[in-house]
Amino acid sequence: MLPASFDYHRATSVADALGMLGSLGDEAKILAGGHSLIPALKLRLSKPAHLIDLNAIPELRSITRQNGHIVVGAMATHTAVQTSDIVRSAVPFIADLAGSIGDASVRNRGTIGGVIAHADPRADYPAALLAADATVVLTSKSGSRNVKADDFFVDMFTTALAEGELVTEIHFPALAKGTGASYQKFSHPASRYAIVGCAARVTVEGGVCKNVRVAFTGLTEKAFRDNGVESALEGKPANEATIQAAALLAAKSIEVTGDSFADEAYRRHIATVQARKALLAAVAAATK
Amino acid sequence: MNVPITVTINGTAYTRDVEPRQLLVHFLRETLNLTGTHIGCDTSSCGACTIMLNGQTVKSCTLLAAQADGAEIMTVEGLATDGKLHPIQEGFWQEHGLQCGFCTPGMMMAGVQILKNNPNPTEEEIRHGLEGNFCRCTGYHNIVKSIQYAAKKSAAM
Ligand SMILES: Cc1cc2nc3c(=O)[nH]c(=O)nc-3n(C[C@H](O)[C@H](O)[C@H](O)COP(=O)(O)OP(=O)(O)OC[C@H]3O[C@@H](n4cnc5c(N)ncnc54)[C@H](O)[C@@H]3O)c2cc1C
Ligand code: FES
Ligand code: FES
Repeated sequence: MLPASFDYHRATSVADALGMLGSLGDEAKILAGGHSLIPALKLRLSKPAHLIDLNAIPELRSITRQNGHIVVGAMATHTAVQTSDIVRSAVPFIADLAGSIGDASVRNRGTIGGVIAHADPRADYPAALLAADATVVLTSKSGSRNVKADDFFVDMFTTALAEGELVTEIHFPALAKGTGASYQKFSHPASRYAIVGCAARVTVEGGVCKNVRVAFTGLTEKAFRDNGVESALEGKPANEATIQAAALLAAKSIEVTGDSFADEAYRRHIATVQARKALLAAVAAATK
Repeated sequence: MNVPITVTINGTAYTRDVEPRQLLVHFLRETLNLTGTHIGCDTSSCGACTIMLNGQTVKSCTLLAAQADGAEIMTVEGLATDGKLHPIQEGFWQEHGLQCGFCTPGMMMAGVQILKNNPNPTEEEIRHGLEGNFCRCTGYHNIVKSIQYAAKKSAAM
């Protein structure tokens, strides 16, 4: 399957890419790992006149630690995140998540920036960004702005990204002692996309759960935080019984979309199972 | 507008003008006649088109030829050296790792990646590493054994 014709532009710096975006306007699309975009081009679901390739911009690949945050460049591949010692030591659940995406060859090309800009309702990172309280850095010709993950994911395939902007960085707060996090997904057996994924972050202080953040992917048009589960656990003892009770509230106030792989009732059930697993693992990590 | 690219494939440099929408797998098979790399699903799922790009496996149906400018590529044709089979090829031969052979070039490249990351993988690690490669003849068991053979052979070399 051949995509429709387009012109190819290789950007060599962020400024270069922003210049191209400015002059080519909405006729242009950004090419990151290409693992969502190229299949869409082949099916002609998308027919941009220009592609701006970000793969030759080394500054977008960096992974560093700055003031208690892990700063991951938008073009960091899933393999790079999975194998980064910086990510592994400060937010290990993010490294585990990256290693659970697709397969080895998909991970060698796909990027964190591409996943979140695409905002596929089955993607893994969005739920984890929400639970981690991550910040997305968006850069345009007029400068950069920081958007909290809570405000970034707007709808199916829709984010806070404005025209002329690039995702340039994702900032994850390093997990402090006493705080644990986990991402648990029930994968589609062929693609490994999430059927349902749950990310949880919990602080345990004196045996009590605090600052609980729980988010799901795969249940509805976008990843979302589940306040029902969060508030059921907030201030409660960190034990199996309270976790089980909170997990059973998963997606109670959400309209769940079923499909041929997993209908609504099944997804709701899987959500409670993944929530329990993620919360138990997060609490175990917090109290280790 | 066509773009000029120079790519080193199995040690040989090729310079060509490519149409931006040309997929890397079509560049290999149709422009350069390197037909060892196969096209199965054409949707990034089956792994028949797996090659090494700058030392990492990629699905060449999901990359533009234009993106390979300046890259080092290895395809299944580059595995043997001086008429001597690569340990992974010897493994597939010895352990009967292929039936129809359609998935084999991609399986071998995936095997090379697995052993590059971890020269002594467990069976579980091999199976996990093969997640992106489908064998329609379902000969997974012998494919795993072939990769185990290659691991042993490489360790002895
Ligand atoms: C077989 C297969 C299995 C997969 N399994 C999973 C899985 O288990 N879990 C999962 O989460 N994903 C999965 N994916 C998707 C994969 O993670 C993709 O890589 C990802 O969705 C898109 O990232 P990309 O870098 O490839 O972006 P691209 O495909 O290049 O781009 C996607 C979209 O984002 C835009 N974009 C990209 N980068 C930027 C940027 N920096 N700024 C602004 N806009 C940008 C592009 O214009 C495009 O619209 C799978 C894909 C395949 C092919
Ligand atoms: S042909 Fe490329 S993954 Fe199937
Ligand atoms: S040997 Fe026939 S597809 Fe694998």
